[in-house]
Amino acid sequence: MARLQLNGQIKEVDVPGDTPLLWVLRDELGMTGTKFGCGMALCGACTVHMDGSPIRACITAVSAADGHAITTIEGVEADRVGRAVQKAWVENNVAQCGYCQAGQIMSAVSLLKATPAPSERQIDEAMSGNICRCGTYPRIRAAIKQAAGALAKGGK
Amino acid sequence: MRDNDSIQAPDLSRRGFLQGTLLGTLSLAVGANGVIGVIGLAHADDDAPKKYGADSMPGGTVSDPLVFVSIGADGTVTIVAHRAEMGTGVRTSLPMVVADEMEANWDRVKVVQAEANETRYGNQNVDGSRSVRHFLMPMRRVGAAARQMLEAAAAARWAVPVGEVRAQRHEVVHLPTGRRLPYGELAADAAKQPVPAEGTLKLKTPDQFRYIGKDRVRMVDLEAIGKGQATYGMDVRMPNMVYAVVARPPVVGGKARAVRAEKALAVPGVLKVVEIPPFSGAPAFQPLGGVAVVARNTWAAMQGRAALEIDWDDGPNAGYDSAAYRRTLEAAARQPGKVVRNEGDAPAAWNNSAEAERYAAEYYVPHLAHASMEPPVATVRVSGKSAEVWTSIQNPVAAQTAVAKRLKLEPKDVRVNVLLLGGGFGRKSKPDFVDEAAIVAQAMPGTPVKLVWTREDDIHHDYLHTVSVERIEAVVGKDGRPQTWLHRSAAPTIGSLFTQGAKGQQLFESGMSAINMPYRIPNVRVETAEVEAHARIGWFRSVANIPHAFAAQCFIAELAHRAGKDHKQFALDLIGPARKIDPRTMADTWNYTESPERYPYDTGRLRDVIEAAARGARWGRKLPRGHGLGLAFCYSFMSYTATVVEVAVNDKGEVQVVAVDMAMDCGPQINPERIRAQMEGGAIMGLSLALTSEISFEKGRVKQSNFHDYEVLRHHASPRAIRTHLVNGSHDTPPGGVGEPPVPPVAPALCNAIFAATGKRIRSLPVRTVA
Repeated sequence: MARLQLNGQIKEVDVPGDTPLLWVLRDELGMTGTKFGCGMALCGACTVHMDGSPIRACITAVSAADGHAITTIEGVEADRVGRAVQKAWVENNVAQCGYCQAGQIMSAVSLLKATPAPSERQIDEAMSGNICRCGTYPRIRAAIKQAAGALAKGGK
Repeated sequence: MRDNDSIQAPDLSRRGFLQGTLLGTLSLAVGANGVIGVIGLAHADDDAPKKYGADSMPGGTVSDPLVFVSIGADGTVTIVAHRAEMGTGVRTSLPMVVADEMEANWDRVKVVQAEANETRYGNQNVDGSRSVRHFLMPMRRVGAAARQMLEAAAAARWAVPVGEVRAQRHEVVHLPTGRRLPYGELAADAAKQPVPAEGTLKLKTPDQFRYIGKDRVRMVDLEAIGKGQATYGMDVRMPNMVYAVVARPPVVGGKARAVRAEKALAVPGVLKVVEIPPFSGAPAFQPLGGVAVVARNTWAAMQGRAALEIDWDDGPNAGYDSAAYRRTLEAAARQPGKVVRNEGDAPAAWNNSAEAERYAAEYYVPHLAHASMEPPVATVRVSGKSAEVWTSIQNPVAAQTAVAKRLKLEPKDVRVNVLLLGGGFGRKSKPDFVDEAAIVAQAMPGTPVKLVWTREDDIHHDYLHTVSVERIEAVVGKDGRPQTWLHRSAAPTIGSLFTQGAKGQQLFESGMSAINMPYRIPNVRVETAEVEAHARIGWFRSVANIPHAFAAQCFIAELAHRAGKDHKQFALDLIGPARKIDPRTMADTWNYTESPERYPYDTGRLRDVIEAAARGARWGRKLPRGHGLGLAFCYSFMSYTATVVEVAVNDKGEVQVVAVDMAMDCGPQINPERIRAQMEGGAIMGLSLALTSEISFEKGRVKQSNFHDYEVLRHHASPRAIRTHLVNGSHDTPPGGVGEPPVPPVAPALCNAIFAATGKRIRSLPVRTVA
């Protein structure tokens, strides 16, 4: 039994403790916004926040998330930075197939929370764990910069 | 199924069309050439007049507004997207074309996804960069017909001549009086109007377009994607659903000799194991075989699979070894092969030439995996005499056909719901994974089974891009120009997928930048070597253009260097003046299935994209030390592309791509913003395969398994600047493809840039670092 603070709500799940958080979210709780891409923390499609830090849900045992605050793509809209990033993603027409974008957005949100005005290098470091096979990297970079600019101007 | 409502087609029997006139159920007939006809393998009936383009595809095209458009009393216009969305934006672009022609306001349009039914909607195989190429005009006709029906309804209501009314912006206006009727109020009457005959349709002129070519429309799924609310095949959920993963033979053609499932069945949550029979004959779209483990959730299924004990018989491909096979390909490329184009006498010219006049080079491109971010996945439920499928697939009818055959049902009794694809790139044209799900679902009647491929499954068991050695030999004249061009291509053919033991590339493969080369050279010979396939060879975004263009475009740069000439000018001289070449004069009777008259090879358009890419990159400028510019170009899928890459190579031989200029002439530009997105993405996929990606075999097994050893480009390696240049764009030229054409010129442009930067020739991919 694990008890998660998921997007501000308490959720209890009865699964073996070594079950990855990814499959708890997707199969048990029906929260399919967090994606399966590799199962080995190599692609970033499953990125969620645990106590505000980005983690890969595919290699995080649910027991390790027990009692922690988890934010997923479905909950990121509640946050000022999250909204700014989502808006910039739309305005830059970032997505192609879109499958990786939830993970990209989650990584970008935690980058901008920790580093409101990231350098190119800081963007590389924060984002290089997130693969996009469609090749939307230039637009992701532009969207991060746009969101950073909007937040600096006091955007909501 | 509430989860997927947003992208399911409406239940037309309830909702009706243009309010209430929907036609009865149509029977479904899949063409005899069904699935493989799409890539040109099927042979047309010799007695029938030759059909081209969309007309040659199963289902052809449909231009009936009653099939594609419905209007609610509230004015909501619902438009059916009959092609699957895998990231190109087609689910937006084709409905947008309908909306434009019918003068619907896009903010009042709702897009719904069609299920598999090519009789009803026309061809649905999203492959070959055909969606806009084949459906631009049918969708324009759909929209124009709907507009004219609305106008006729308004004219009747007002009892005025139809010439006095005009549809504009979601309403019809009576021009003399200024009276207006919104579309919602006209819907019921419009539905009773006869559908205008094709000859009476008044299509817009390009200056009247509101959305086509205007960049005013965003992808319909864009906001949902950013909120995690878009539904992909992987996201299907149903009551009582179970989950399956499959242990497949590690070698293609292998099978399980003995299976012990006790430990798997002991894993908590595991429900059942189901045998997947090995395929017989050519692999085609059959499952590879193996053992499926079914469980209450995905994780338990994976754990159960890990606990299976299987003794594999590796079968006839157990010896497949990429290092050895490369030597086989090289040997084949140095021997005469099957001649597929011949002008003058290239071998005699070679034999009669002096050593100093000869120039030859060989190029290697390894197997590639598609590695779409969403691995293959399908959900199937079998109930009595019918089945329902939910999947993310490029070719829904291929899935329907496979499942019907497997379950011994009529195709009409297999309903295929099409979800968003998390990438496809050609992999998801093949419905083997849907067939697997059907096999498991058949063993659990009434229970929906979701069958998931892991990333390891995807990398190990893909329908791979071929592996190739391309050899080009030239005899070079005193002016540095080639007098002969002999191109020998040694690569296992996609034909081996459908015909066991097939050797030698087929016309549709040679026709991708090998035989259809337009250079002014008197002696030309193109040959294909007859080599055997030991893996499942499939089509990967831009297919045989990748190795053919890599070789030819590097070779021309090498010839230019040898002649001491500027590469761009040398290439333009070789191409010669602007002219339209009948592809048949280049022995190309395939021409991507298009009419040779309608789609000639236009060297003027090719010259234009070369100039545009060069201009964008400021070709010829002075560069910092260690930097280089490289050029390449390609004609594929009826579109013209050119790429200039700027690289910086440091002292350690590490390659950084500084900038990429991508130019394209795809004919009319329907959704320029999405065209630019495809060009950016094509640049990055081209750089991935050029720099890092390689699938290789040892003991018949794929050595790579996930993104740590099958590497694709990541953020830090992505060029800071990808500039796109859309050229020409007249609606007087027929539409070309957009999804695939950006890829082929990227790798050769990169390698030519590396040579410019370092003086080192790269003839083997992936580059990794410059030694």
